[in-house]
Amino acid sequence: MFQIGIKGGANVSRKKLGIFITTMVIVMVLLLVGAFLIGSNQEGESIQETMKDAVLHEHDKVNFLGIMEVNPSVISAFIVTGIIFVFALIVRIFVIPKFTIIPGKFQTILEEAVGLFDNLAKNNSPRRNYFLGAYVFTAGVYIFISTLFELIGIQVVTVNGYSVSLPAPLSDINGAISLGCLSYLVIMMGGFISNGIKGVGKTLKDFSLPISMSFRLFGALLSGALVTELVYHYTSMSIVVPVVVAVLFTLLHALIQAYVLTMLTALFYGEVSEVSDKPKKKFGKKFKKKSVETKGEI
Amino acid sequence: MPLNIDWQQILLHLFNFVLLFTILFLLIYRPVKKFMEKRKNYYKEMDEKAKKNFEDSAVTKEEYENKLKNADLEINTLRENATKQANEISESIINNAKAESNKIIAEAKVNAEKEHNLAVKNANEEISKLVSDATKKIVFEDTNSAYESFLNSVEGSEENEK
Repeated sequence: MFQIGIKGGANVSRKKLGIFITTMVIVMVLLLVGAFLIGSNQEGESIQETMKDAVLHEHDKVNFLGIMEVNPSVISAFIVTGIIFVFALIVRIFVIPKFTIIPGKFQTILEEAVGLFDNLAKNNSPRRNYFLGAYVFTAGVYIFISTLFELIGIQVVTVNGYSVSLPAPLSDINGAISLGCLSYLVIMMGGFISNGIKGVGKTLKDFSLPISMSFRLFGALLSGALVTELVYHYTSMSIVVPVVVAVLFTLLHALIQAYVLTMLTALFYGEVSEVSDKPKKKFGKKFKKKSVETKGEI
Repeated sequence: MPLNIDWQQILLHLFNFVLLFTILFLLIYRPVKKFMEKRKNYYKEMDEKAKKNFEDSAVTKEEYENKLKNADLEINTLRENATKQANEISESIINNAKAESNKIIAEAKVNAEKEHNLAVKNANEEISKLVSDATKKIVFEDTNSAYESFLNSVEGSEENEK
């Protein structure tokens, strides 16, 4: 009797699964047919214009709080900060006070994230690493989350009336320059605090660092954005392919760039904040010692 | 500016990042790190306590081992003393016994000598009495009857002795 009941339940769930799959297939087919029948908007931007604008942001400006016209990446940056702020506030109020000595899953993730960047700072800069740890943690989280933010594809209307999806903040040259230069400033500050003017000199020696950091970040994230843009632009390629391409590029860039920038910052910070152990040459003492020796010989 | 670099937007990005840094530092990084440090100290204290306990137990173990060693020595000493005492006692007992036996033997010898002498004296006295009786009879009676009476008196004395 019991077995019959189970068999009956299994049949019902299978039936439901069958109905669900059939419905989904029908919906997908209808959507595909619709997409091909309607065709693409001929009045939209050409691929050249789209890609040029993805790099330069000359036309696709967005109104920022009615005060100024900014690139969409600025809006992205503030939205990302807002999301992270809400998340951090919830975590601070509801999760952190309930931390236990033996951590749960979420606590482990949080501790791992903090510990990862903290260890990165400690390993690369054994001295004065508290601020560096906090900085690389923020930079890593920001690069990772803001790059993944591109996947959501929030649409905004530009001042010209076009609809654009919000890009990753660091795929804009201004965002990348700001982070690259700030990292360079942090490195310089570490050098100055540890070694004074000598530390600043050490940092200035690598004058190409802010440019290389900024453009590496910009180039890496922009390439992903461009490829995704290219794939999305053509209707024939906009089925299935973007799912793979966008996710792969975005996820890999998010991970790689977060690691590269934080690692480089920690590495250079450690280099310039390192105190040289070479003893200062004391010419006077040496001279005295030598003169005593020669006197003895005489 | 080339590449549409805009200082205003760079500053906006910087402002945004500094804001994010402040938020993450105050809300996540510092409290989580503080907790991690707290736990690290907790385990460090536990480790130190365990090490201290281990050291204490090692000291206690040494103390007990020393005590055990001393106990062995004490036992050996006690045993030796007891053996010595027992030997002394047994020797004294043996000596006493020997002295006693010697004394008993000496006394027995003296008594035996005395008895022997007494027996000899008595025999001599009896023989002399018999001889005198026999002489009297020979003198006062005939020879045969004297002889017979002598024999009868000897037999009577032997029976008395038995």
